[in-house]
Amino acid sequence: MIALTAATAMLSVLPARAEEALRPRTRAAVQGIVGDRTVREGGITLRLPAIAENGNSVPLAISVDSPMTESDHVTAVHVLADANPLAEVATFRFTPACGRAEASTRIRLGETQDLVAIAELSDGSVRLARQEVKVTIGGCGG
Amino acid sequence: MPAPMGTPRARIPTGVKAGDVIEIRTLITHPMETGQRRDAAGAVIPRDIIRSFAARFDGEEVFRMELHAAVSANPFIAFPFRADRSGRFEFVWTNDAGESARLAADLRVG
Amino acid sequence: MPSRRDLLAGAAALAASGALRAASQERLSEAELLRFAPLGQVTLLHLSDLHGQLAPMHLREAAVNRGVGPAGAQPPFLAGESFRAWFGIPAETPFAHAVSAEDFDRLARRYGRMGGLDRIATLVAAIRAERHGRTLLLDGGDTWQGGWLALASGGEAILAAMALIAPDAMTGHWEFTYGADRMRALVAEAERRGTRFLAGNVQEREWNDDVFPALHLFERGGVGVAVIGQAYPYTPIANPARLIPDWTMGVQADRLAARVAAARAAGAEAVVLLSHNGVALDRALAERVDGIDVILSGHTHDCTPAPLRVGRTLIAASGAHGKFLTRIDLAVAGGRVVEHRHALIPVFAEAIRPDPVVAAAVAAARAPHAALLDTVVAVTESTLWRRGTLNGTWDDLICAALMAETGAEIAFSPGFRWGTALPAGSPVTMEAVFEQTAITYPNVWRRAMTGAAIKEMLEDVADNLFHADPFYQQGGDMVRAGGLGFLLDPEAPRGRRIDGLTLLASGAPLEAGRGYAVAGWASVGEAAAGPPAWEPLAAHLRRLGTVRIAANTAIRLR
Repeated sequence: MIALTAATAMLSVLPARAEEALRPRTRAAVQGIVGDRTVREGGITLRLPAIAENGNSVPLAISVDSPMTESDHVTAVHVLADANPLAEVATFRFTPACGRAEASTRIRLGETQDLVAIAELSDGSVRLARQEVKVTIGGCGG
Repeated sequence: MPAPMGTPRARIPTGVKAGDVIEIRTLITHPMETGQRRDAAGAVIPRDIIRSFAARFDGEEVFRMELHAAVSANPFIAFPFRADRSGRFEFVWTNDAGESARLAADLRVG
Repeated sequence: MPSRRDLLAGAAALAASGALRAASQERLSEAELLRFAPLGQVTLLHLSDLHGQLAPMHLREAAVNRGVGPAGAQPPFLAGESFRAWFGIPAETPFAHAVSAEDFDRLARRYGRMGGLDRIATLVAAIRAERHGRTLLLDGGDTWQGGWLALASGGEAILAAMALIAPDAMTGHWEFTYGADRMRALVAEAERRGTRFLAGNVQEREWNDDVFPALHLFERGGVGVAVIGQAYPYTPIANPARLIPDWTMGVQADRLAARVAAARAAGAEAVVLLSHNGVALDRALAERVDGIDVILSGHTHDCTPAPLRVGRTLIAASGAHGKFLTRIDLAVAGGRVVEHRHALIPVFAEAIRPDPVVAAAVAAARAPHAALLDTVVAVTESTLWRRGTLNGTWDDLICAALMAETGAEIAFSPGFRWGTALPAGSPVTMEAVFEQTAITYPNVWRRAMTGAAIKEMLEDVADNLFHADPFYQQGGDMVRAGGLGFLLDPEAPRGRRIDGLTLLASGAPLEAGRGYAVAGWASVGEAAAGPPAWEPLAAHLRRLGTVRIAANTAIRLR
């Protein structure tokens, strides 16, 4: 894994879309969570459908690679939506009793946008993942 | 007035062996009113959401979730748990007004 | 352009398959179509996207089939000469006609109709006899929808006909448009007749539980073969979600990976994904999910004269409407596929004896509807076709019919890929009309849309087709438009692909703020109240009497 500053990580998480910066509000929210800690790439997965069936109920799952022991575990995963009325979506807080660092729920997305997940680990490190979800107005496939 | 806390439900796997990491799934009926919508008269419908969910196992908190308005109506929450022994889960959902819904469910480890 | 290595690989695969016997322009015999040196323990047979087409027909492949980026320069995004060049198929041959729109009418006369379930039955029976106990017949779905018999019987007529060739397993897409209750009944009936419906990516919305079995472990030739079903992941988006309100779908690559691992753990020595993802998405999926030996790929109606390869995964596609049957023989050793042999068998109806039992059953199913289906509503002096990235002549006729019916200035018709072709000089029957329009939500709508809303809709559809990441592509063709001109740049970013929108009636640029009267059919959102689209289409054809229609030049690709 490559250690990066928060700002660099934002640009490198999805190289293909690096030119598309997050909105200032989302960047500030990320900064508020990360603080002056080191952001690491990888080891975290944000799973959402590439194309949402229904913006009112989009399945979201997060998972973080971690042994989930007392000495080495994920304490929290925060999820942010770049273009929703409020960036904050949910925070999952884990304990070693979970055995794995993963969770799922369903969320609302008003429009096509990027989601960001930030994991906080017991060693003070932070991991970040980003994924685009398309909220389409209707297809013509077939 | 906040919407009534709806019916909570949970699904705990059966046939669990000690050491298995299982998935606990929960649902509760609730509108999760965002505070962004307006009624027919144009007045803002006040925010009324479930703000937190907590899962305890034999009294000890094992998982918690903080929910914002972007979580869908009738929140679905699934999380993992390492099943070392039989015991009792208690799940607590709390709304903006501080009202709670609770549900207990037993885990049997064979 | 393909590399020399690709060309040689393609040509070698074709030569091995007997069906293509060099550059001969002779018609092929049934024996030549079936010629195949058997290999290994297992034979997979695949057909997909039959769309209710029980009788032989003409089907014109896309003349333009655009993709984006580097993927746009390789299969499936090739057409005509570039497609033939990639796979090493000489011009003018029977196989060239089967895979290419070049000189369509002339070669259609020379080589005759294609498909027909009675012909497919003959091929399947011959291969099963040769490979007794080793054959798996797999149906990729989009089988129970298409044409009048399917619609009038709620899918049952096609299910019953398919049961005569007894697929071992199937998956689905348009099957879901009969609605959840009807579909459950059809699936139960198919299973009663021996066809397993497999779909690992369909869950109920409340608890995320699987609706259908994801996979089945077959035993063929002493080998455990896992077949995993993957229904069309974007069904609730591309088709009305209201028809299956309690089900959710999606690509679900991680869930699929877990199922592949579970199949291996359960003893599968070969893992087959029976997919309705479409070829571009299946290519991308094979890069993300390890351990799949063969993806049998449906949905996009592509055909692969030689299988595509991603790592150790083979991807084979079998066209649509019964035009092709794919055969893949697998040699399995040490718990993995070690060798394969493949043929894409073109179903030339005039070369293959119809199976008498299937022919009689299809005729009996059609008989009560024959008077309606044989009704001639026009004669066409132009070729009528649907496939292609942009408008074909069939949808231009539909758009013209919708504008005539409703008085709208602009009309839209979905970019469906199913629908047969009529060579110039053919009578246009109601059967052909239904082959373009028979769906469970056929109703015509009319509403006012601003120029801005029209552009947004076109941009949205274009992004579903031309997004750089295949996971975001839905795999149809561009929505067809009547009364409207524009230039489409597939490589442009989202929101900037559509340029030069023009109202053809006035020649004026579309105004963002002005309202336009727009008509369409097959509404994915709310149910529409107008007549089913076949009514205005038939009325329009009757008014024309003789159809003369030039290819659309108002809608262009950059």
